Amino acid sequence: MTNAIKLNPEKMKEPINVLIVGVGGQGVIMVSKVLAQICQNLGYQVKQSEVHGMAKRGGVVFSHVRFGAEVWSPTIPMGKADVLIALEWAEGLRWMSYLRPGSGIFIADTKRIVPPFACRSRVLGADIGYSKNTPDDVREKVAEAFAIDATEMATKAGNERAANTLLLGALSTTLTIPDKAWKEVITQMVPPKTVEVNLKVFDQGQKWIKGSRKGEPVEGAAFVPLVQPEENAVRTHLEITAEWCKGCDICVKMCPERCLVLNKDQVAELAEPEKCTGCHICEWLCPDFAISLNPIQQEAAE
Amino acid sequence: MSSKAEQVSPTAIKTGITHQMTGNEAIARGAWEAGVKVAAAYPGTPSTEIMENMAHYPVGDVHAQWSTNEKVALDVAIGASFAGVRAISMMKHVGLNVASDALMSQSYIGVHGGLVIIVCDDPGIHSSQNEQDTRLFGRFAQVPVLEPSDAQEALDFTKAAFDISERFDTPVIVRSTTRISHTRSSVLVSERITPEDKPFNAEVSKNVMVPGHARVRHPMVIDRLERLAEELETSDLNRVEMGSSKLGIITSSMSYVYVKENLPEVSVLKLGLSFPLPKKLIQDFCAKHDRVIVVEELEPVIENEIKTWGLKVEGKEFFPRTGELSPEQVRISFEQAGVLEPEADALGPQFEPLIRPPVLCAGCPHAMSYTAIRSLDVRVAGDIGCYTLAVGDPLTAIDTTVAMGSSIANATGMYLAGSEKKPIVATIGDSTFIHSGIPPLIDAVYNQANITVILLDNHITAMTGGQENPGTGKTLRGEQTHQVNFEEMIRACGVEWIERVDSYDAGSMLHTMREAIAYRGVSVLIADRPCVLDPVKIKGPAMTVDPKDCNACQGCMNLGCPALIWSDEWFEGRHIVKIDPSACIGCSVCAQFCPTGAIQPTVNLGQTAAKAKPCGGGV
Repeated sequence: MTNAIKLNPEKMKEPINVLIVGVGGQGVIMVSKVLAQICQNLGYQVKQSEVHGMAKRGGVVFSHVRFGAEVWSPTIPMGKADVLIALEWAEGLRWMSYLRPGSGIFIADTKRIVPPFACRSRVLGADIGYSKNTPDDVREKVAEAFAIDATEMATKAGNERAANTLLLGALSTTLTIPDKAWKEVITQMVPPKTVEVNLKVFDQGQKWIKGSRKGEPVEGAAFVPLVQPEENAVRTHLEITAEWCKGCDICVKMCPERCLVLNKDQVAELAEPEKCTGCHICEWLCPDFAISLNPIQQEAAE
Repeated sequence: MSSKAEQVSPTAIKTGITHQMTGNEAIARGAWEAGVKVAAAYPGTPSTEIMENMAHYPVGDVHAQWSTNEKVALDVAIGASFAGVRAISMMKHVGLNVASDALMSQSYIGVHGGLVIIVCDDPGIHSSQNEQDTRLFGRFAQVPVLEPSDAQEALDFTKAAFDISERFDTPVIVRSTTRISHTRSSVLVSERITPEDKPFNAEVSKNVMVPGHARVRHPMVIDRLERLAEELETSDLNRVEMGSSKLGIITSSMSYVYVKENLPEVSVLKLGLSFPLPKKLIQDFCAKHDRVIVVEELEPVIENEIKTWGLKVEGKEFFPRTGELSPEQVRISFEQAGVLEPEADALGPQFEPLIRPPVLCAGCPHAMSYTAIRSLDVRVAGDIGCYTLAVGDPLTAIDTTVAMGSSIANATGMYLAGSEKKPIVATIGDSTFIHSGIPPLIDAVYNQANITVILLDNHITAMTGGQENPGTGKTLRGEQTHQVNFEEMIRACGVEWIERVDSYDAGSMLHTMREAIAYRGVSVLIADRPCVLDPVKIKGPAMTVDPKDCNACQGCMNLGCPALIWSDEWFEGRHIVKIDPSACIGCSVCAQFCPTGAIQPTVNLGQTAAKAKPCGGGV
């Protein structure tokens, strides 16, 4: 079974919709420019829409490409994307609702770009705030889903930045556009020195999907699990011996959670005990040994 | 795969065939084809790329420049118009607020050489502080507003705007939106026309707006609009696509394509000229249809005006007045209006979305500046730029942000109120300071405020993608020019306490900031470090966390640096930190904060004796 979408510009009453998503700096716009150029060369009407602005600053980047006999909206209506290409795993999940129910194809790099926000929790043993869903969760819900470790494969091929071209190779298996048309435009649009590696990973991407469809074992299908929450975290209790504190303020200034203050008597005080993570910094830095952190026994804590 | 660096000269592209262009590229092309001689702008998303594209056209054809702010840009264009050449100024919607003082009078004066103002609105607030609707400004200033709906129209309407401007002696606004500016579609280009230069028009009663002259000009402005409406009634800027008489849609701009997406066969009156409205055309259209719905993004500008004529139209009862329209939103609104049946099984599967707010870059000097500010327990009046991102977790170091250049005067007001006990700090970037930070600084000194201004000098206009400004000493086209000396300028404003500190030097930043705050009067601290992205992408050898030494205190994580993430290892129930070597630029700020010295230059690892000593702390 080949799932390629049949293309015929004359008969394409509804445009073909490809949504490309990722994170700033990954080359989302480049992928969409290549696709748009190919479709333009083939004589389709093409619209490609993206939003810049915050994108450079590690934010969400997306680009809609629509082509056919006639294209109105430059953005794909939700639930009408024929193919969703994700250069980053969680970004792929974010845009899933755009896929056409029943027939939409999902192709994603399993690469994770963990935002600082995912590492914000200061609760002991806290989970990382990154999507927990695995390729299996996705496969259950869409017509076809491919999770490729494209970044790893591109790195092995000699250029990490070519991961997006590998995904283009994967995309090419879903559209009936001749290989020649893809390769011509890729050759035109990438820096001359990287043409070879880009064409190589394009073939790899294509081969990967074909192999995967036939059920052959494919390289780069491993999905690394996320770090599991720590269940054996030791809770601690912070004690300050007021008589020994001379109010030097070092602990107050150095506390990463800013949970200590100097009180009206110029003595250090744990103002927000719930914020204390037990990191020991104040204990270690106190010149007067006025601070001690003691583990709380599990029974006592409960 | 990244794109090639070199750019094909836009004048070398073939005419007579279509090219894929963004709306912004098409506007620049349209201006060039219209024979524009002077173009001036201040960068602002989503308008920035228009001027960046203008700079690709030959120096001999067009003088293109970054101005210090939007009003200056418009005044430069106005000057060129006075001198008899076609001139253009581009800005984002809020930029027109700054330029509006000049626009309101120029509406009375009219033009000599054609004068076009491109204003890019940001419905949905992708990257702005509000989503005001520029069409209201057109009405306020009594100048015509053209609304393209794709890149081809962006080019065509820009050219048409110059003809209208000269024919009716009026500045013309072309209103784009984020979606038009940043969407690529097919554009047919043509050659440049070169209008004859006209001699200066020394008509003082037209050019000098003293009360006596202005009183005479005002009625002429009203007449001009009536004439314009009448004569452009039949222009091809507006078009009717007839369908069934049951339902007619009046729409403009991007809303048009969303209507066509959902109702390809419906009767549509598409308005390219949305002010002044073609009254007869609209009356006829309404008369021919049983029901008429106005579909427009943001304000009910067209709808309300039509209603004042006593015609029955619907619109904002179904379509939202806030946010960006989309094909799916228009569909929902048509469903509510009973025009479309709800779709079954319309969406793909849904997963819980990851929270991924935009962040300051790895190695961004602002991260250190705001980390220091946050430790001082002060009130912070913020401003517009990348550094506004310090409002979010984990920096949480900004209390207010209003508009370009507001920070310093806001801080002055907070001080003068007398009610705030915390020291008061204003933070402002180099480009924003030049844009509109200088008068408030003079004001603060003049009125003896006790505030500290932190000038975040990253040597570029960063937020909009790295544009030159007078502080960089380079022009739009990259030529050397005079570079503003911030210290001299600030001293000339009357500030006596000025210090320049390397933003990456955590210790100096902290103690100099404390000194600045202790100073009574206006103190200015210049936090000095170039942006890590522009004009050169900075990438040094990455730092590394030695997991054996990391006690997972999370002190470094309080910088919010995207290169710092949790590793798979734990220490006493807290995550040991690691550094993504492809993201880390080696700025060393995190290492300065690490109390255990676990963060080291990669080369030092394994050489314990050579390890740098920890010298910072958690602040």
